[in-house]
Amino acid sequence: MEVNEQTVRSATRPGGGVKRSSGRALRRKRLLSAWLFMLPLLLVNVLVILGPSVATVYYSFTDWSGLGPAEWVGLQNYTDIFSDGDFWGALGHNLLWTVIFLTVPIGMGLGGAFLLSQITRFQMIFRVLYFIPYVMASVVNAALWQNILDPDRGVGSVLANFGIPWLDGVSFFGSERLALPAVAFVDNWHWWGFVVLLFLTALQSVDKELYEAARIDGANRWQQFVNVTIPGIRATLVFVVLITIIGSLLVFDYIYIITQGGPAGASEVVGTLMYKEAFGRFEAGYAAALGLGMSFISGIIVLVFIYLRRRGWEI
Amino acid sequence: MTSVTQGRRSRREPSKAPYYVVLVLLALFAVGPLVVLLFNSLKTSAEIGRNPLGPPLSPVFENFSTAWSQGGFATTMVNSAILTVGTVVGVCIISGAAAYAMARLDLPGTDVVLLYLFVASALPFQLFLVPLFFLWSSLQLTNTLIGLIIIYWAIFSPFATLLLRSYLVALPRGFEDAARIDGATELQILLRVILPLSWPGFLTIALVSGLGAWNEFLFALTFIQDDALKPVTTSFNAFQSNFSRDWGLTSAAGIIIIVPVVILFLLLQRRFISGLTAGGLKG
Repeated sequence: MEVNEQTVRSATRPGGGVKRSSGRALRRKRLLSAWLFMLPLLLVNVLVILGPSVATVYYSFTDWSGLGPAEWVGLQNYTDIFSDGDFWGALGHNLLWTVIFLTVPIGMGLGGAFLLSQITRFQMIFRVLYFIPYVMASVVNAALWQNILDPDRGVGSVLANFGIPWLDGVSFFGSERLALPAVAFVDNWHWWGFVVLLFLTALQSVDKELYEAARIDGANRWQQFVNVTIPGIRATLVFVVLITIIGSLLVFDYIYIITQGGPAGASEVVGTLMYKEAFGRFEAGYAAALGLGMSFISGIIVLVFIYLRRRGWEI
Repeated sequence: MTSVTQGRRSRREPSKAPYYVVLVLLALFAVGPLVVLLFNSLKTSAEIGRNPLGPPLSPVFENFSTAWSQGGFATTMVNSAILTVGTVVGVCIISGAAAYAMARLDLPGTDVVLLYLFVASALPFQLFLVPLFFLWSSLQLTNTLIGLIIIYWAIFSPFATLLLRSYLVALPRGFEDAARIDGATELQILLRVILPLSWPGFLTIALVSGLGAWNEFLFALTFIQDDALKPVTTSFNAFQSNFSRDWGLTSAAGIIIIVPVVILFLLLQRRFISGLTAGGLKG
């Protein structure tokens, strides 16, 4: 909001008492056309994102069904959140999700990118293949894995035919214990290839002579990876960690599509909970408080990151 | 090239074969499920029961025509095409104009606008979805394609503008200055000078926002309930729950949805990858 205020102020400032020379008139014309060119962007942004975001702040203090007038209830929604067992359960799942995504795709991404950076032949083909799941629609990816992981007609039954019975009849998405990790597995399947390419781009900008120097000093491949590669790609690594944490706090798509938070809330996250509150239970005020709360937490994380960077942390 | 020269330089350099083994395993993990999807789209329900993941022994192609008609693809494909084209055209205009203003017209407060765009491109849907829905219903924009397109303009244009701006900043200014001296207006300069020089930047943002619109789920789910207006994604979701046991059909429907995207991606993969990973490079 503050940002927009500043934008408006700087927009209005230069319009005043500049009327004399033709140079100034020309400058003013340029300024006017500059703002004219910005106008469509600002309009749709204010209408779709900024305006409703500000409205969320207001509605989070109200009891509102989404229809009709909203009734001011002060901090009621927020105190309700604190005593809402569903919320704490969902938040716990968000944290588990964060742990999974901070380890598995980042590990696969680093490993995959490192291996790719060491080869030249077929590198392009691998890159393209790893990236394909990322460009596919989430609904198709979800359906595809629901098919493969089906308890009766999926990979479990095929393995059972080969004498490996452990996965036979296991309902990955239907079990309270497995639903969340199983959905995370599907989401990760479409995500890790993207992480590989982020890391690969970073790796390719690491100075080759550093590896040469490390090799001369007798460093083996693992030592090169730890002492040359990781520091060289630190900025990208931190960026991926950041988008992973925020993405995990706000995750919605795959969970909603595959399990809708079930069974019995076993894969519910705050994103799906908020969606149900708003559009299933018509608790739009409560949903606004949930949405604002999660956005607030992710905003804090970004600010901490920026603050640490300003303080001179090399991240 | 470096690996070849390195190999020659030191005999002790270990072989790259283990690397390729791991890379191939990863490739199988990425693409194997897609192959299963393709296999299953060519099987009858009965065959999937007997042979869930393997290649089809007697391929049937009827799944595609059945899925096309049962899934209402004649309608939903058109809807998705309208959404995608509308989004791409709009984002190119909106972001093109904004990026031009910032890169070339000495827009005052560019730093603030840039910061706002960074923030706006990262704002979570949770922050604005609920009031936006009720705003859109009061404006009667729910259950309209243009209503959804406007939302896509707003969510895809900040990132596209940042990308285009960095592209425009790097272009030499000489041509425009010459055109300006000849008395061209800013719009003429944008259309006749900048556009022909910066089309790769525009192509990139077109691909990124087009892909986003084609695959988008959450906003389409929330804002379009009318079956006749649903895009392929949410329509597929409903189709899948109706025919959940007929994997031949749902697999064929899935293939229909991803084929245009995958083909376009394979044709223009460098540009897709550079555009989609551009956010990461700024980190």
